[in-house]
Amino acid sequence: MQLTQARIARPQRRRSLTDVQIQVLFIAPTIILLVLWNIFPLFYSLYLSFTEFSVIKPDVPPVWIGLQNYNKLLNDPRIWQYFALTGRYVVTSVALQAIVGFGLAMFLRERFKGNGLITTLILIPIMMSPVVIGLFWKLIYNPAFGIFNYLIGYSVPNSGPDWLGEASRALWAVIIVDVWMWSPFVMLLCLSGLKAIPDYLYEAAAIDRASPWFQFWRVTLPQVAPLLLIAILFRTIEAFKTFDLVMGLTGGGPGDATELIAVHLYRAAFTRFTTGESSALAYIILVIVIAVSNLYVRSLNRIRGE
Amino acid sequence: MTKKLGLLSLGLAAALIAGCAAPATPAAPAAPAAPAAPAGGVSELTIWWAEWDPANYLQELANDYAKEKGIKVNVVQEPWGTYYNKVTAEWAAKGTGYDMVVGDSQWLGQAATQGHYLDLTDFMKEKGLDKTVTPATLLYYGTYDGKYWAFPTEGDALGWAYRKDLFEDPAEKEAFKAKYGYDLDVPKDLLQLRDIAEFFTRPDKNLYGIAIYTQKDYDAITMGAQNFIFNFGADWKNDNFEVEGVLNTEDAAKALELYRELYTKFMPPGLSNAFFQEMNDAFISGQAVMITNYFAFFPALVNPQTNPNFYDKVGFFSTPPGPGGAQFASLGGQGISVNAYISPERQQAAKDFIEWFASKPVQEKWAALGGYTCNIEVLNSDTFKKATPYNPAFAETMNFVKDFWNIPEFGDLLVVSQRELSKYIVEGTGTAKEALDNIAREHSEILKKAGYLK
Repeated sequence: MQLTQARIARPQRRRSLTDVQIQVLFIAPTIILLVLWNIFPLFYSLYLSFTEFSVIKPDVPPVWIGLQNYNKLLNDPRIWQYFALTGRYVVTSVALQAIVGFGLAMFLRERFKGNGLITTLILIPIMMSPVVIGLFWKLIYNPAFGIFNYLIGYSVPNSGPDWLGEASRALWAVIIVDVWMWSPFVMLLCLSGLKAIPDYLYEAAAIDRASPWFQFWRVTLPQVAPLLLIAILFRTIEAFKTFDLVMGLTGGGPGDATELIAVHLYRAAFTRFTTGESSALAYIILVIVIAVSNLYVRSLNRIRGE
Repeated sequence: MTKKLGLLSLGLAAALIAGCAAPATPAAPAAPAAPAAPAGGVSELTIWWAEWDPANYLQELANDYAKEKGIKVNVVQEPWGTYYNKVTAEWAAKGTGYDMVVGDSQWLGQAATQGHYLDLTDFMKEKGLDKTVTPATLLYYGTYDGKYWAFPTEGDALGWAYRKDLFEDPAEKEAFKAKYGYDLDVPKDLLQLRDIAEFFTRPDKNLYGIAIYTQKDYDAITMGAQNFIFNFGADWKNDNFEVEGVLNTEDAAKALELYRELYTKFMPPGLSNAFFQEMNDAFISGQAVMITNYFAFFPALVNPQTNPNFYDKVGFFSTPPGPGGAQFASLGGQGISVNAYISPERQQAAKDFIEWFASKPVQEKWAALGGYTCNIEVLNSDTFKKATPYNPAFAETMNFVKDFWNIPEFGDLLVVSQRELSKYIVEGTGTAKEALDNIAREHSEILKKAGYLK
């Protein structure tokens, strides 16, 4: 008799929760975490960006100073210099990654012996820590014993350029490492796009006697473009935030030659501890990244609409 | 609430710059229960320090303390790169994660004025601890605004290592004398240092005269260059916090010109972002004949395991004076402070530990283990001076150490000096005088804003 009652009781408890309540129960932990760790800090740091505040002075509350932090930052020629440097870095690095990554994908689309192994080897740089990569490349660039100068034709030690020590070359040195590290990511996305192109498109083009160049321009590229743009979007956002690679290779030097905006933000937030000012700078960077991303997304939507 | 909200907002900034800090080293495993319950009910103390050998030596001493007093002391280590961030995060939260911290001398102003460290003035005077250490170390490791905030723990400063075998080679000596007109020996001033660096620079043999700090990340190039600035008779400021005319002098410009000359002409290529590791590497690989480094990193040079080719051919000397005779050495090292936010019982237990640590027998063992004591008697003892090849130079250097700024605004000041020195010395932009003028102007602005200057 008791057993029967228990069997009856269990379905009753289940019925006491509606579908919506169950959904809320599942979603609630995520929402709570998002609000606590993302949404609230986002808005609170926005508030701090209008204040004078240092996080290591816990007894001194934030003092409202309106737009002064933004005004100071936007009128500081050095900040614009760092933004310009970051822009140059992002455009050059991402463009090269797109070209190299797409080229690699075209190469690996062909079926040949060892294709899988080569693909895996090419992907290794993505899996490594940027700090470790920075340390490796510091050795690779060393003019006395590094292999880089040797590979580009300077066979005598110390006869080649000091890539990390010369202001005119240091940014290029960082770009080369970034391209080496992240081109495989672009390659991976492009490769998946290339493999998804149906064969009948090429067969139809061949029947129409389309040249390989025409096939590439009118079939391959349009088909891969959405994925290529997504890869470029991700890489642009990431390149804007480049920090660890620079710290590992040059520390922002020599002078200001590789002082990207994220490195400068780090110094403001964690060396000078100007929390209010660094929050304002973080928001300026955020707005720029969102604006650039929007341009990409619009292009992506236009391509998809065609 | 404010401090927690501040931390969260700092988290956003951290997220935006994508993984800028390495993950913190996990805290040391919980210690077993102390053998006896000591007075005050405190059975365990925690010390935070950077991750390096001296912290291991301190743990060894702490184990002795546990045996003697029944209080377990854990030395929790954090990598150098994230140590300051870890400590400042704890300050921001008024945290009690540590009872004592072995902090950099530059932090003193910040920690003292913002209430993170306990005032140890009465305690150190009453127990006579202030009389046990050299005045220079007490001033720079422990004193801020006339009060004591830390007990000098790990003395350190910039010193020099050189290849004794080359310096003592008769053919080299003869050639040097013929070229420069005086005997090849440990340099008596910075100009002789330059001559020796020039003499040994032989790129065709992959041999270079000198290796000096150039790194921009934190404070390396400032620490290296200020040795020269001090010894050429200039300073960061005068007693009234005035910088203009004190730092940007003709003598200081000559000091920077010399530093740049050493970097561009006599240093192994590829060391444009070099700190302690790169210095030792240049020496161990046989590329550099003389290197500067903190004394704390010299044990690796006399260790056959880490320096198999030259461990028995290395000599050490203090930073030479400038042409006018001024002699200072950039200060490294740290003092031990007590957390102001822990309970009075724990503060007392921490003070008891410091008193025990400061005693002569413990300082002798500290030095024997490899720690750099600041204790006057131990430093001057023959036992200490004969213990390692670098100890005599260290003992001498501890009498003329000098620090960068240690006021709460040191971070702002450091960013400026790092940028401008790196620009002139490594990048080669502008002149030495322009670099010094830029530093003086920006430092003055920071000091005015902070209220030190009108």
